[in-house]
Amino acid sequence: MQEMIINRLRELLADGEYAGVIGWAQGETPFDRTPNLFNAEGLDQLRYDSFCGSNLSKYLVQQASKTEKKIIALLKPCDCYSFNQLCTEHRIDRNKVYVIGVGCKGKIDVEKIRKAGIKGITGITEDGDLLKIETMYGEKEISRKDVLLEKCLACKGKEHKCADEVLGESEETCSGDKYAAVRRLEAMTAEERFEFWRGELSKCIRCNACRNVCPACSCIKCVFDNPNSGVQNKAAADDFEESLFHIIRAYHVAGRCTDCGECSRVCPQGIPLHLLNRRIIQDVNELYGDYQAGESIGQRHPLTDFTLEDEEPSVIDTRGGGK
Amino acid sequence: MQKIGVFVCWCGSNIAATVDVKAVAQALKNEAGVVFSTDYQYMCSENGQAMIRQAIKEHQLTGIVVCSCSPRMHEATFRKTAVSAGLNPYMVEIANIREQCSWIHKDIAEGTEKAIVLARAAVAKLHKNAPLTAGTSPVTKRALVIGGGIAGIQTALDVADAGFEVDIVEKSPTIGGRMAQLDKTFPTLDCSACILTPKMVEAAQHEKINIISYAELESLSGFVGNFTATIRKKARFIDEDKCSGCGVCTEKCPSRKGLDEFNMKLNKRGAVYIPFAQAIPNVAVIDAEQCLHFRTGKCGLCQKNCSAGAIDFEQKDQLIERKYGAIVVATGFKPIDASAFNEYAYNDSPDVVTSLEFERIMNAAGPTKGQLIRPSDLKHPHEIVVIQCVGSRCTEDKEKGKPYCSKICCMYTAKHAMLVREKYPDVKVHVFYIDARTPGKNFDEFYRRAVEQYDVDYIKGMVGKVAVEGDKLHVQGSDLLNGEQVHINADMVVLATAIEPDPTARSLGTMLTASMDTNDFFTEAHPKLRPVESPPAGIFLSGVAQGPKDIPETVAQAGAAAAKVIGLLCKNELTCNACVAQTNEAICNGCSQCEKVCPYGAITYEDKEIRSPEFRGIRRIATVNEAICQGCGACTVTCPSGAMDLKGFTNSQIMSEVDAICR
Repeated sequence: MQEMIINRLRELLADGEYAGVIGWAQGETPFDRTPNLFNAEGLDQLRYDSFCGSNLSKYLVQQASKTEKKIIALLKPCDCYSFNQLCTEHRIDRNKVYVIGVGCKGKIDVEKIRKAGIKGITGITEDGDLLKIETMYGEKEISRKDVLLEKCLACKGKEHKCADEVLGESEETCSGDKYAAVRRLEAMTAEERFEFWRGELSKCIRCNACRNVCPACSCIKCVFDNPNSGVQNKAAADDFEESLFHIIRAYHVAGRCTDCGECSRVCPQGIPLHLLNRRIIQDVNELYGDYQAGESIGQRHPLTDFTLEDEEPSVIDTRGGGK
Repeated sequence: MQKIGVFVCWCGSNIAATVDVKAVAQALKNEAGVVFSTDYQYMCSENGQAMIRQAIKEHQLTGIVVCSCSPRMHEATFRKTAVSAGLNPYMVEIANIREQCSWIHKDIAEGTEKAIVLARAAVAKLHKNAPLTAGTSPVTKRALVIGGGIAGIQTALDVADAGFEVDIVEKSPTIGGRMAQLDKTFPTLDCSACILTPKMVEAAQHEKINIISYAELESLSGFVGNFTATIRKKARFIDEDKCSGCGVCTEKCPSRKGLDEFNMKLNKRGAVYIPFAQAIPNVAVIDAEQCLHFRTGKCGLCQKNCSAGAIDFEQKDQLIERKYGAIVVATGFKPIDASAFNEYAYNDSPDVVTSLEFERIMNAAGPTKGQLIRPSDLKHPHEIVVIQCVGSRCTEDKEKGKPYCSKICCMYTAKHAMLVREKYPDVKVHVFYIDARTPGKNFDEFYRRAVEQYDVDYIKGMVGKVAVEGDKLHVQGSDLLNGEQVHINADMVVLATAIEPDPTARSLGTMLTASMDTNDFFTEAHPKLRPVESPPAGIFLSGVAQGPKDIPETVAQAGAAAAKVIGLLCKNELTCNACVAQTNEAICNGCSQCEKVCPYGAITYEDKEIRSPEFRGIRRIATVNEAICQGCGACTVTCPSGAMDLKGFTNSQIMSEVDAICR
């Protein structure tokens, strides 16, 4: 697969029509694949394997506007939704990107392997659905589907919604009900839920990784960085304000969040931030009918769209929110 | 740094009884930037205003905070005061310590504390106020009246008489509305058609009035003085310009299955029909659901027989786009569906009728040509029972009835009883009632006449059940005054059904962003002082759309709405709101979300060169048309980066207020 992609890219980059390729390179640690801009010479460094979980679409906001030439992007099926959403919001000019849809059968979360008790990992090889893991303490085995990234369990399907060409095969890896965790939270009393989120959000170190990786958080200047907004220093004032940072962020991306799961994937503290967004997505679907942000370019999301059939505000009462 | 003056009003005892106004004035002296603080009995009085003017000059104030009533009351007053002392009007902030404070608190300590907090918030905001200048927008000198009943007709006539163009949009094929269906009108018993049809004709002949019948408002954009309406004129399959209203088509039509809406579906009509003899426009309409041509592709008898060549089976819905300065809602009412009241056997017997059905039966142009006969066997009834408050004042079951009094039923019931007794002295009329509500000029006299002169049997109490027994209707009710059960074997039962807003009201209200109450009646801007205006500027209310009314009240309100419309249309331009949105170009992402939520279409995008620390180059930026922006703020809350801000209500001003409150 990696070879096939590199060979195809060599062809495309040969005549200088494209400014480069956004893809993945080897990161600092063995299983880290980091986003990188390649030119024809550097293609040897390109990696594409089961560890390329990161979503590259957001990098195109900067890269595509920097050059007059077109740029090539490698996007997995789920990354396409973010790409489309950014095009809808005029943050990426679709005409300046050549999208190669790359096949994906789910990406591996090394943390999950470690959490399964496998320590001292030195190498991972794949054998169908089985992962053979070499460790300092001998070889171990684990089922591939047990260690997929959280986002792969909410897989939106194997179709690339924006690709100019597709390389490789994809498989859907969705594990059934993606709202189960949301419903578990909903079933709690308000006090329990508040405690749950206080517990989770108090771990936040305000590293901003969630915001910086989020394709919906593409603002040129975030309100939390803007000295004129009046909230610049607030979000770090105390742990309560830190909680508000995440809640406000969830509202800022409401209706536009494609549920790509990057926020939770990059969180060094392991906060399940995607559940905040997924709760809002569930609400939007319930109130306005099923909606998937980034399904296509030019969509109008339900929160900025108004029809006479829309729910009246009194829906809050009927759903028990007025009590 | 601002130099701020604080003026605390007592509002007589309205504020001073629950708020220690002196303590408020004293506390505010310690706020940063406050150089003068005082209290006075009536700040809005000439003396109070003089005090403000003097303080502005004496202390060289740059802004003032008035702690008083709601800004809806006196903000304009104090802005003018500030202007006369040389300040910009937008350097005035009102702390509402009456509606939001003294009126809702009983404890003076609590009230005072809250008043201080509200005043502090106003001071905090004022620190960030900047002088603003308002623009102007032109006024389109044409009004749109939605609904062609007596309310809409009267408003249209009054506006047109003042020299302005008026379009009436009526959803049915003719204007006239409910009043056209009435036989006689209380309390004078004059014929409804005789007094309505001259008005209809006057409207039709008026050179300033344009009647768009069989049409509905499809969408509306714009704002006061500058609305753009799209009106869907439904295909009636008749060329209105060619049709002479001769009625030959209606006679030739072989289909006889359509139910006559004008006669409350008590008789059948052809698929091509003219609703009633005095219909305006006097043009036929084809009911495509019943028409054999549309159902089978054959027939076409009407087309063959129309000497004017007016039948056009190919006609399509037509969209008309027009600009208006003002819009009047006159959508009226309909009686509620009586089928929910099965205890009165409405679904079981055709001889149980609603009052409006009874009205048609009594009318000379009705299904029985005005003869009082039972729908079931066409026999003359001898005993009639009227049940009042069917669905009105019904607080227990909201699904079935309405919590409000429909206001007209007591009077029309007395009218029906009197008409029957006058024409058929042999018929006994019993009326079951909760109360006889007859406020209104000559109303109680009218009701007394029914009781005393016409010997109508009024029974205070409600009916428990109506049962069909053979060809009789067994009515079982209670007589509360005599404390006994009453059993009457009636030939006919009339249900004085409640009235409700026309079913189109809710969606229309949403389209106009007009507020409505839980019963779907349009809410007025102020229940006492602005009874014919809807809260959004430029939308006016006429007739039952606003609440149950009889004809005299409807006509009076229609005239009042017209006066408001005329007052608006005779202006050449309106002063715009100075508190409009503006873009911070350095941080606008150009994501288009604000454009999508803007209800006025005030936001467009331009590619602009941006030089900011974060970005250099050409970028797509939102721009606000200040003449169109109404300052609703929808864009500011949608913008994720905070690039959209509302002048006079900036995000940082609001944050300062919140901070001052939470301090």
